[in-house]
Amino acid sequence: MRITCPLCGARDRREFYYSGAAVALDRPAPEAGAEVWDDYLHNRDNPAGVTRDMWYHELGCGSWVVVTRNTVSHEVIGTALARDEKGRGA
Amino acid sequence: MRIDGKGLIDRRKPISFRFDGQRYDGFAGDTLASALLANDIRLMGRSFKYHRPRGVLTAGSEEPNALVTTGLGPAQEPNVRATTLELYEGLMARSQNRWPSLGFDLMAVNDLAAPFLGAGFYYKTFMWPKAFWEKIYEPVIRNAAGLGALSGEANSDKYEKAFAHCDLLVIGAGPAGLWAAMEGARAGLDVILCDEDTQPGGRLNAETETVGGMAGAEWAASVVAELRAMGNVRIMTRTAVIGAYDGGTYGALERLAPEVAQRPGAARECFWRITAGQAVLAAGAIERPVAFRNNDRPGIMTAGAVRAYLNRWNVTAGRNIAVYGNTDEAHRSVRDLQAAGLHVSALIDARPHATCDLDVPFFAGAEVSNAEGRQALEAVEIRTAKGVEKIRAECLAMSGGWNPNVHLTCHMGGRPVWDRDIAAFVPQPGAVPGLHVAGAARGVFDTAGCLADGRRAARAALEALGRKAAEVDLPEAETARYDIWPVWAVPGKGRAWLDFQNDVTVKDVRQAAVENFRSVEHMKRYTTQGMATDQGKNSNVAALAVLADATGRGIPETGTTTFRPPFVPVSIAALGAGAQGKGFAPQRFTTSHDASVARGAPMIEAGLWYRPSYFPQAGETHWRQSCDREVQMVRRAVGVSDVSTLGKIDIQGPDAGAFLDMVYTGMFSTLKEGRVRYGLMLREDGYVMDDGTTARMGADHYVMTTTTAAAGQVMRHLDFVHQCLCPQMDVRFISVTEQWAQFAVAGPKARDLLTELLGADQVDLPFMGCGAVRIDEIDARLFRISFSGEAGYEIAVPARYGAALFERLCEMAEARDGGPYGMEALNVLRIEKGFITHAEIHGRVTAKDIGMGGMVSAKKDCVGKPMAARPGLSEDLREELVGLRPLGEIKELPAGAHLFDEGAEAMAENDQGYVTSSCYSPSCESVLALGFLKNGRARHGERVRLVDHLRGVDTICEVQDPVQFDADGGRMRD
Repeated sequence: MRITCPLCGARDRREFYYSGAAVALDRPAPEAGAEVWDDYLHNRDNPAGVTRDMWYHELGCGSWVVVTRNTVSHEVIGTALARDEKGRGA
Repeated sequence: MRIDGKGLIDRRKPISFRFDGQRYDGFAGDTLASALLANDIRLMGRSFKYHRPRGVLTAGSEEPNALVTTGLGPAQEPNVRATTLELYEGLMARSQNRWPSLGFDLMAVNDLAAPFLGAGFYYKTFMWPKAFWEKIYEPVIRNAAGLGALSGEANSDKYEKAFAHCDLLVIGAGPAGLWAAMEGARAGLDVILCDEDTQPGGRLNAETETVGGMAGAEWAASVVAELRAMGNVRIMTRTAVIGAYDGGTYGALERLAPEVAQRPGAARECFWRITAGQAVLAAGAIERPVAFRNNDRPGIMTAGAVRAYLNRWNVTAGRNIAVYGNTDEAHRSVRDLQAAGLHVSALIDARPHATCDLDVPFFAGAEVSNAEGRQALEAVEIRTAKGVEKIRAECLAMSGGWNPNVHLTCHMGGRPVWDRDIAAFVPQPGAVPGLHVAGAARGVFDTAGCLADGRRAARAALEALGRKAAEVDLPEAETARYDIWPVWAVPGKGRAWLDFQNDVTVKDVRQAAVENFRSVEHMKRYTTQGMATDQGKNSNVAALAVLADATGRGIPETGTTTFRPPFVPVSIAALGAGAQGKGFAPQRFTTSHDASVARGAPMIEAGLWYRPSYFPQAGETHWRQSCDREVQMVRRAVGVSDVSTLGKIDIQGPDAGAFLDMVYTGMFSTLKEGRVRYGLMLREDGYVMDDGTTARMGADHYVMTTTTAAAGQVMRHLDFVHQCLCPQMDVRFISVTEQWAQFAVAGPKARDLLTELLGADQVDLPFMGCGAVRIDEIDARLFRISFSGEAGYEIAVPARYGAALFERLCEMAEARDGGPYGMEALNVLRIEKGFITHAEIHGRVTAKDIGMGGMVSAKKDCVGKPMAARPGLSEDLREELVGLRPLGEIKELPAGAHLFDEGAEAMAENDQGYVTSSCYSPSCESVLALGFLKNGRARHGERVRLVDHLRGVDTICEVQDPVQFDADGGRMRD
């Protein structure tokens, strides 16, 4: 599998550390309540299809990258820097 | 037998080799199989289950029968295919699965018992008594059945791995592949052309065709020369592409040529990971045998193999040869054999409508119904409408048609499609993104068609890459019509072999169907058809055709089993190349490594790092003696320890303080310059992630330390918090772990030592103070922190000065009755003081559990704070950090032991906690432990029962404060 780091270009997935759903970008307010925090930390969709998840270019530039990919075909549809996605209010 | 001819062997270079101890001769360019045939050896192996005599069936990597063992001891390699084993001087090969010899194999008695050994025999027979399976049945079966064996010794050969990138990967260098590579190269692409054979050319090397006005093999050589001269093509022979993976990644196994592999230090195989923009699969096709009674007798080969041995290696398995086929290939075989002066005793064409213009006894609409001869073929029985006729033949060339090599197109979930016209499966278009199939792999079986198809595939790849095709004229080549009359199994009595390697017959497959193993996947597992080294390359389609017939379904409905990588066998040694022994993981060495080793310190692994365990002195015979001495040395004088392995992260920027406030539970934005603070880091779920000290070197400049174990995790976490949670913060950080060498100098005489080194002014720091200092002309950093409980400092210098500073610190310490101390003493010192490591913060403890609930600042948010306030994490009855001391006779408190109330039964329901760290403390003259105990902080002074079922320890100990030495910390401060 190949992932295109927005800074470094197309790289082997072994350069990346996988962490999970891009939900991680949306940290709730501290006082948001147990249910919201439970969703943020624990509850995940498990789609057969398009998913967005977080990959860390650990053996590269150290960027956190949001990867949009298809879990069925393994196609990588797009990648973006997490900091940019965050800026867009993702 | 060798015959005259101009094949691809070099008769000027004779090579001698041994097979089962006998010396034989061959030529450069021979494989073991061709050289054995040249020496009239037709019997090359024994079959898996029945120990039937077997000869070579094919001339390629799909060979099921002619498997041999090469090498001795650690270099022993079993199941090497004689058909792909290049002959080299001194080669020693041995046949397999026979005893005492290949010619006389006692286990051949299995063949007589065959009526009892059919499909599912093991499952039905060895049911009871149950205990017999593991002790008796399985070992006996394993001994009787099987192929080659490993030596059991560690492999001494060298293997390599490598990576390659290209615009276009062409898999297979037959006509279609060569031409695809040519089109790609002429268009300016970076091309890699792989072929598993020693020579590019594919079938052109085995046939007598002409291409572009010259002999096929010559034309292939000229194309290769042209490609090599272009500079943008890398031609990798002896390289089998074994799998297709996501994102245009392919795995390939390169076997190095024997003369290269024999050089000192050279690798014998290299595993490649090739990343290609686009790829062309031109992997050709494999000819299928026909199942008839005794079709496994040595001398019976596929027709294509017979032609390959004849035309490429100038050898034949006999003077009288019969040819049996269901396409025009059979006629081609007769022509080639007759042209070489051999006698063709019969041409048996399964097609009723076939005609023949050759001078040969011809049987149309006929079939071969039996073969005679046990260790070698003597005659074949031909059944026609008129009756049965027996014809003398030492060799039978048989062809049931060709199966395109669709394997790689199925590696990502694609299923091949049945093509009635050629009675074979062809690739599902688009099954692997970016992979274009060409030539025989797509069911195009004539050379002109393959060349044109190679062009078509290359141009599709060029279009996908957005590149323009070059104008190149296709060379002239032969065209042919592929007219096939499907024949899978000839009806009749006796055993007709489908899968030679696993001894699976037509009857076995029918039996599976009768017993309701009707799915092709079930049939495979019930009969073992399609397993082992050839993975059914020769037999899968015929087996499923027989199954389809037995179940009354069509072939497409029956379907194929799943094709998985690797296409050819790959040794684990090649896949894991470089990862044996010390190559298993990178090794990280501190700047004091050599000095520690020179002082006799045993080095132990701490993650990827190596750290000294202890520094033995004359007379010390046990690690505990050294450890106890080093602990007392630190408590009474001064010790030096390399702490460079701790993670160091340099953090700078106007928001550095605010950023630290977010990642630590405590407040760091208010930390004064020149001061150090202990920090606790939580995961977002509220549990402790790591701890360490962070120093404020300047207004916008902090230096964080992490534990050795979690340095990488913390760096990743900081990047996450910054990039994903707080991207607006103006802060930058970088790991400087390897840039700074850092040493702890601890003990009552530490200050005196550093005063000598730095001068009194520079050492004058308050407890938890820090500052820039100079050693001679070198900029260094001094921190007054302690992980030992003694007055202590840590001094950091740029790594290139680390070795020199360590030596100097050791000498200065030794002059004060001190010296270096290792990990064992460091561990005792911290347990005495109740300082935690990852033994305690193991991922399931909260700040409150370790007595640091008060460190979670109420004034600000931080990662983990909201979740740490959850009822489950903040209630009183959690297990809390305590110290433990033994009271009973047994003075052991092993880590991993569990705690129970005194008098309670030692069972899970009564569990009260567990021990995390343990040591003998010379300072307290007692064994000490740290652990977690339910509501532990309220239970200091209580007696608890400690049980370690694993080590058989059962004792009573007293619960204490975790700090068991110098409780008020006075020694650190003064």
